[in-house]
Parts: sequence; C-alpha cells; structure tokens
Amino acid sequence: MSSDGFFKRAVIIGAVGWMTVFAFVPNILVFLASFGTTSTENFIEPAATLRNYARLMDRTHLDILLGSLRLSGLVTAICLLTAYPFASILARARKPVRNILLLLVVIPFWTNSLVRTYAMTAMLNSSGIVNNVLMSLGLIDAPLAMMYTPGAVVLGLTYTLLPFMILPLYAALERLDRRYLEAARDLGASPWRAFWRVVVPLTMPGIVSGCMLVFLPAIGMFYVSDVLGGAKAMLLGNFIRDQFLTTRDWPLGAAASVTLTALMGLMLLLYWKSAARLGREAS
Amino acid sequence: MRTLRAVYACLVYLFLYLPLAVMVIYSFNDSRFSMAWKGFTLDWYAKLFGNTSLMQAALHSLVIAVLAATCSSILGTLIAMALHRWRFPSRKVIRTSLFVMMMSPDIVIGISLLVLFMALSLPLGFWTLLMAHVTLCVPFVAITVFGRLHGFDPHVVEAARDLGAGEYEVFRHVVLPMIFPAVLAGWFLSFTLSVDDVIISFFTTGPTFEVLPLRIYSMVRLGLKPEVNALCAIMILITVVAVTLSQRFLKEKQ
Repeated sequence: MSSDGFFKRAVIIGAVGWMTVFAFVPNILVFLASFGTTSTENFIEPAATLRNYARLMDRTHLDILLGSLRLSGLVTAICLLTAYPFASILARARKPVRNILLLLVVIPFWTNSLVRTYAMTAMLNSSGIVNNVLMSLGLIDAPLAMMYTPGAVVLGLTYTLLPFMILPLYAALERLDRRYLEAARDLGASPWRAFWRVVVPLTMPGIVSGCMLVFLPAIGMFYVSDVLGGAKAMLLGNFIRDQFLTTRDWPLGAAASVTLTALMGLMLLLYWKSAARLGREAS
Repeated sequence: MRTLRAVYACLVYLFLYLPLAVMVIYSFNDSRFSMAWKGFTLDWYAKLFGNTSLMQAALHSLVIAVLAATCSSILGTLIAMALHRWRFPSRKVIRTSLFVMMMSPDIVIGISLLVLFMALSLPLGFWTLLMAHVTLCVPFVAITVFGRLHGFDPHVVEAARDLGAGEYEVFRHVVLPMIFPAVLAGWFLSFTLSVDDVIISFFTTGPTFEVLPLRIYSMVRLGLKPEVNALCAIMILITVVAVTLSQRFLKEKQ
C-alpha cells in the first residue's frame, strides 16, 4: 500500500510543482515586473509604481495599443464573416466529401505560419502574382505598392489565421441539431430570424472560441507585421518584443503583456459565460 | 443556391492554397531575381542541402520537437490522470490554468519564460528552449488526454482496484492502454507545435542553439529568395504527409 500512496503522491506533487514553476511563477514575475523600474545594472528593479501603466496610456503608446486592437478586430471580423458561411457549407457536405474538404482546411492549419506569411509576400510583391495579373489584364499600368502597408498586414494575418476560425465554427455547426432550425421554421420564423435566434445562439461557444483564436494571436504575431508591414505597421506584439530585446525596457514590456493577458481573461470569461448559458438552456 | 455555395467554397480554398502553390512552383524556377518563369531547375534544393548551418538548424528543430513531444506527452498524461482520478487541493486551479495556458498568446508565454530564465540566470540555449516547448505543449496533451479519460467507464478502474491492483498498476495496465490513442495524438500535436513555433523560440533560445523557424525568419526578413521557396516547399510537403497520415491513423482507431 505504501508504494501505492507513493505513486499517487509523486504524480500529484509533480503536476502541481511543474505548473507552479512553469505557469504560475513566470506570470507572477511578469506581473511584478510591470510595477518595477529599470536601472543600468538590472533589467528590472523591484518597485511598486504604476508608472509603466501610465506610460502605456500616453499618446504614442496608446496609439500603438489601440491601432493593434483595431487591426486585430478587423482581422477577426473578416475571418468570422468569411469562415461562418464556409464552415456551414462544410458541415452540410456529405460524409466522404466532407472528410476531404476538412483535410484541406487542416493542412493549412498545421502548415508553419511563417511559411504561409512568406508565401503571401510572393503574391503581394511589386513583381508578384497579383500585380502581374492586374497588369496583364490592363487594369493597372504600374505595379501597386501592396507590400509594407497596413493592408498587407491585415491580409497576411487573415491568411494565416483563417483556419483557426473555420475549425471551431465547423465543430459548433456540425454539432448543431437541425431539428431546432426546422422547429423554428415550422413555427413561422423567417430564415433570417431562425438564423439569428436559433443558429447563432447555439453556435455561440464556437464563435467566441474562433474569435479568441484569431484575435489574440493577431495582436502578438510580430513576424507577420515584420515581413509584410515593414517598420510601418506595428502590432502590440512588435512593441512588447522591442521592449524586451531592443529598448530593454522590461517593465514597460511587462505592463503591455499584462494588459494583453487581461484582455485574454476578459475573452475567456465571455466564452465560459456563453458555454454555461448554452448548458443551462439545454438542461 | 447550390452552385453559389460551391463557388464560395472554391474561392476560400483558392485563397488558402494559391499562395502556397505559387511558392512551390517558384521553388523550381531557374531565376534568382525575377518572378518570370525561366525554366525548371532543382538548383535551389541542391543549394539547400549543401547549406550545412541550415541543415544543422533543421536537425536542432527535429531534436527539440521529438524531445519536447515525448516529455510533454508523459507530463501531460500524468497531469490529466491526476486531475481525473484524484481529488486534491488546487485541482480546480490547475484544470483552469491548463485551459488558460492553451489559449495564451505565444508572446505572453515567451516573455514570461524569458523573465523566469533570467531570474534563475540560466543561459539561453538548448535546455531553456526545451523547457519552453514542453511548457507550450503540456496543456494541449493534458486537455486531449483528459477529454479521452472523461469518456471512460469508471467501473473498469474500480474493478481493477477491487481485484487488488495498486495505483501504479491501474495506471500502467488499465488506464494507459485505454487512453493510448489520445496520448499518441498529443505527441503528434506537440511535435507540430514545437516545429512550427517562432515566437516562443525567439525569446527562449540563444545564438548557441539555432532552430529552423528562427533561421527562416531571419532569411525571410531579407526578402524573397529562391532557396527559401525551396525550404518552404519542403516544409509544406512534410506537413501534407504528416496531416494525411495522422488523419488516416485516427480514422482507423475509430
């Protein structure tokens, strides 16, 4: 019996210990660092100041923060509007076809996102495909400057993150019991009304998790902005990276990261609320 | 309506695949500077395999991915089993934290680990990168395995206990065989997460241990290059093969 207790205790202590060292402590350190100051000897001097958060709110930093949120919001909206009809087409396809169609979404989902970002440069380049096609069609005379614009970053983020929106939406739509929809139609609801009052609420957890999987990475994926946006378009991710690696202002970077974490917390609450609501209504 | 749906689906697939297809085609183009087609060549692939530092980075990536996938499969499975089998303080906190970690943006994980390693004054390199990738992957394994454990009849475990099996025997001979497909799925998931990762590696490895995605990152920032096209084409090929195989494997398991 003693070896019995040993295995159980070892696993529990191991699990709790691992989580403490690699999940809790690092995040607590970042949280503490966000109230610290810098000095020439150390990246972080312990302190209890709100100065870093105040600095995040000053003009230039606030512009970066809001600009990044706006960009991610736009990318999320584009992905949601593109993916929702697409996912519902997938969910309605017949079984053998559906598996192949799904596989074709899973492949880009797993393809290295840096590789996919790079593939976008070959499309948007001044000598790239889009410009070549437009010029040979006679629609434009000179190549359009598409690279290194905010539009290119939006397109690149949409391109890399679209499968992350499609898959949760597909999972939610596939689970949807079509009889609810039929019932709504039988009771006289218009297709539009049935969609908004039945399909959307029932797939809400899928919508929220898809939005989370697009919105949060879109704030942080600094390499997309580096490759497609040049120095112009700046994500919060670029800002955080620069604070840690170039400017060496760790407390400010930590404060930005805590802000991003808080945003994630807010979205998670939204997700849990929508899932709980669905569970309550179902029972 | 039917054709409209089909056209829409095709457009989305075109959007997803056209850039990849173009890149693969250009990896065979016999021209360094122009996008115009100058004939078929395998030069860029030959150059790629002749580039020893690049091959070294690829090897590093492979080693880290295999080790990270193996470590996180073991850790994640044990964590999932602890959460499923036993009641202990902080159980709920750990369950929630795993979910939060899975959702956390990579940059948040990356800098929090960087701060940890700096606080412990560990030199950035192989070990820190391995620990970081294990941290990235464990929640995914734990949640996959936990989902699988949830679907099982608890009476099987109780029966084994009644027949005198200890906790370890129950795990080794009853639980593990039942959840093995989920553990394997977790391994593959972790492997892919590790190979794909750019952001976390960016913060947690040093110049002594370069991995492929970071190498590609520094090449890509310098603009279009045929060698990079070839390298990316190979990575796409590997992904296609791996995904197709794992789908087939999972289907057989069902």
